[in-house]
Amino acid sequence: MTSLPIKAAPRMNRKWRRNLNAYLFVLPYLLFMLAFGLGPGIYAILISFADFKFGVPDYFSAGFKNYVTAFTDYRFVFTMTNIAEFLVISVPLGIALVVLIALLLHMRPGRFASTLRTLFFIPGAVTGPALLLLAIFMFSPQMSPFGFIQRAMGYDSFDALIAPERLPVIFTVIGFFSGAGLWIAIHFGALEGISNEVLEAAKIDGCNAWQQALYIKFPLIRPYIIYQFILIFAGNVQLFVEPQLLGTTWIMANVPQQWSPNQLAYSFAFDLGNFGAAAALSLLMLAVGLGAAYLVIRWTGFFDIDVSA
Amino acid sequence: MSLEKSVPYDTPSIAQQRRKAISRRILGDMGPIGYFVRLAILLVFVLYFGLPLLWLLLAPSKDQTAIITLKPLAFGNWATVLKSWSNVNEYVHGEIWVWFKNSVFYVVSSLAISLAIGIPAGYILAVARFPGRKLLLWLTLITMLLPPSAMVLPLFLELNLVHLINTVWSVILPACFFPFGVYLTYVYYSSSLPTDLLDAARVDGCSEFALFRYIALPLAKPLLGLLAFISFNANWNNFFGPYVMLSNNKLFNMPVGLQTMIAGTSAIRPGFNTTPGMLKFQQADAALAGLIMIVPVVIVFLFAQRYVIAGAFTGSVKG
Repeated sequence: MTSLPIKAAPRMNRKWRRNLNAYLFVLPYLLFMLAFGLGPGIYAILISFADFKFGVPDYFSAGFKNYVTAFTDYRFVFTMTNIAEFLVISVPLGIALVVLIALLLHMRPGRFASTLRTLFFIPGAVTGPALLLLAIFMFSPQMSPFGFIQRAMGYDSFDALIAPERLPVIFTVIGFFSGAGLWIAIHFGALEGISNEVLEAAKIDGCNAWQQALYIKFPLIRPYIIYQFILIFAGNVQLFVEPQLLGTTWIMANVPQQWSPNQLAYSFAFDLGNFGAAAALSLLMLAVGLGAAYLVIRWTGFFDIDVSA
Repeated sequence: MSLEKSVPYDTPSIAQQRRKAISRRILGDMGPIGYFVRLAILLVFVLYFGLPLLWLLLAPSKDQTAIITLKPLAFGNWATVLKSWSNVNEYVHGEIWVWFKNSVFYVVSSLAISLAIGIPAGYILAVARFPGRKLLLWLTLITMLLPPSAMVLPLFLELNLVHLINTVWSVILPACFFPFGVYLTYVYYSSSLPTDLLDAARVDGCSEFALFRYIALPLAKPLLGLLAFISFNANWNNFFGPYVMLSNNKLFNMPVGLQTMIAGTSAIRPGFNTTPGMLKFQQADAALAGLIMIVPVVIVFLFAQRYVIAGAFTGSVKG
């Protein structure tokens, strides 16, 4: 043999060893991603085409039967309309108010602003059942600190206030209480990251605090607003805890038993034992969240820099 | 412009100058109207975020009648607080503390495992170029954007297949997959770890593992606070997952336990009662149980806020 292959071999070997090293570093993550990130999605696809006889899945025998069952259910259109209404109200309002608060706080950074920011941040600790518990008290005019407003609007009991047509607004008010603080902090952090030179230059050009907020700070935190949109939208599509506890489990208020699509999927699985239809519905909701994220990412070029780096 | 002309217009008295300086110090460059508009909007939000918290803090001091007859923000009495405390503790012989311990166990173990898995992965994605890297980054982004609740039913079906439903693993294992943590680690190392430094260490004969252990890992300290906070917050508050996975009361975490406790008593549904002997459970008790769940998170939140802000402005979520 000539010396050439011998010379080339160590280089190949080194590259191969480098790659092997890298794979060792990512291997545990990759396994967890397969098991808990991609696995459930793939398995859900399998299940959605399976027929369940006596609780045992018979794969690939159902065709689109489960999808038909889920999408023609008498509650399907109802829950979809509800979630659409909730999204139309909660997403734009949530983002607009959070950005407004962050900009207002950042107009005059200082002790007042940071105290308020902390106050707005703390309700983030109140989630799930604790949040619902608090919400029920806050929407009971006879004990709520907001009772005088509620009575002035003509609602003198919890049941009068919690009417089906007001649910999208009510869930928005509840969700914003708990969810806003974290995003206020994130946007505030982004505002802190804006270079002082830019703001000084604006000031010298005669920009007052309001103009700075609108024309300089707001456009500069755009990536964070897009990021918030993606996560808030994908999260709100999955609304479950609020209608579930309010409607069926706790007080059986004026809330229909299955109000959101996620509740309908849950009901298919655990009330009717129809896991195929539950999987079909879950996949649809997953697709809605991912589709929206994909459109926004494509439309805004968000993430471009990071992945191609 | 000539000098004489400008003098009469541009020389305000010293008193005027001082007044102007004071008003500037108070109002900033917002102007008086802007100042009050800002204040008014912020005060509305202070009431919106603050009053419910204050009310919840006072609620355990008021019994069934006091909670309605007293002013919403009035304090009842300490005797009721003590009674609520004992009612909450009497619920199924102090089960709330079993849930509390479970929550701590779930949170700590999933945090430890997810960091042990995620930090090496984020690090190598940032420093090495290997086949499949881009695909892995994309998958991380996609799974990171999926809300955990979207995966609950599919996860249930999958874990059911391997008979892990109603075990601690059905809560801990899914929580160990933490793509957001991997993504943040990746961005952090891409922007803060100079490749020259790594190359120099390689020339000196440092192994790839030693590079990570002695150079990269010590640099990750500022990142750990943010990662720990996000993971703690998500897992302490995880409701939908354990609600679907667990049916054994002794395995519940705080949120699922609190839900069961309230569903099983007449605390907020007067006249309805499913757990025998729990007739006396009242709003005050439910509020106290809620507070027990919330307080640890509030403490973590108070410490974590600066990490969130620092994380955002070092560009960890950059566009």
